[in-house]
Amino acid sequence: MTLEQIKDLLDAKVVVGDNKLDLEITTAFGADLMSDVLAFARSGCLLVTGLSNPQAVRTAYALDIAAIMVCRGKSLTDKFIEIAKELGIPILWTEYIMFEVCGMLYREGMRGCIREVLVEDKKRAK
Amino acid sequence: MPNEEYLEGKYFIQGRDFVDAGIVSSEMKKYLKEKGIPEGIIRKVAVVTFEAEVNIISYAEQGTIKCYIEPDSVTIEARDIGVGIEDVELAQQEGYSTADDSIREMGFGAGMGLANIKNHSDEFEISSVPNEGTYLKSTIYLNGK
Repeated sequence: MTLEQIKDLLDAKVVVGDNKLDLEITTAFGADLMSDVLAFARSGCLLVTGLSNPQAVRTAYALDIAAIMVCRGKSLTDKFIEIAKELGIPILWTEYIMFEVCGMLYREGMRGCIREVLVEDKKRAK
Repeated sequence: MPNEEYLEGKYFIQGRDFVDAGIVSSEMKKYLKEKGIPEGIIRKVAVVTFEAEVNIISYAEQGTIKCYIEPDSVTIEARDIGVGIEDVELAQQEGYSTADDSIREMGFGAGMGLANIKNHSDEFEISSVPNEGTYLKSTIYLNGK
């Protein structure tokens, strides 16, 4: 899906990245915990989160995440927007809760950037 | 300690400065991009740096993160002055955390940090002296293992 299609689907506002609406995104990751995003998200995905602080943007930047969808109508600070502009991370904003956002995206064919966290594999790898 | 000849950046971090958490990771990423380091390597360095930075901000009075680019690897070295870690083995277990609310509000403190640094490193080393500070070194090979 393009960022524009994602925006329309979720009645979202484009806060940062008007010029990147043709960006194609096929995978997503949803979490409020940036520790988990850093551990499990993959580059190129859409980050669905209710955390609207500078750390969310910096986490997205660290992982080359394509864009952030802020859900639950969370308020955005000037600092958050300023850092997103500086780091070139598109920000979309919707009033839908995370469950609805993920459900609607999934119905349209978007999939998780990973499907599950394989605990046994992880233990074996150590 | 890696060879000082390859020291490419030294960043100072003030403890409890939650607003700027992650800024060293962002700055280091920009710098490594300019240096032409491969994207996959930069992502690993950015994750390691982010976690190390959050740890210093959360638990130490102050600290430094240094980055060394050597011909076959990138090394991140984090050193802080602070409470240190009583049991470094326990602290590396996923889910073990002593984080307070200010850390959790930032989106961290789930007890994933050290385990995540280790998972992104090809070589990992940590040592700590309680009430003095912590030293952490992560090396990422440029051409896999």
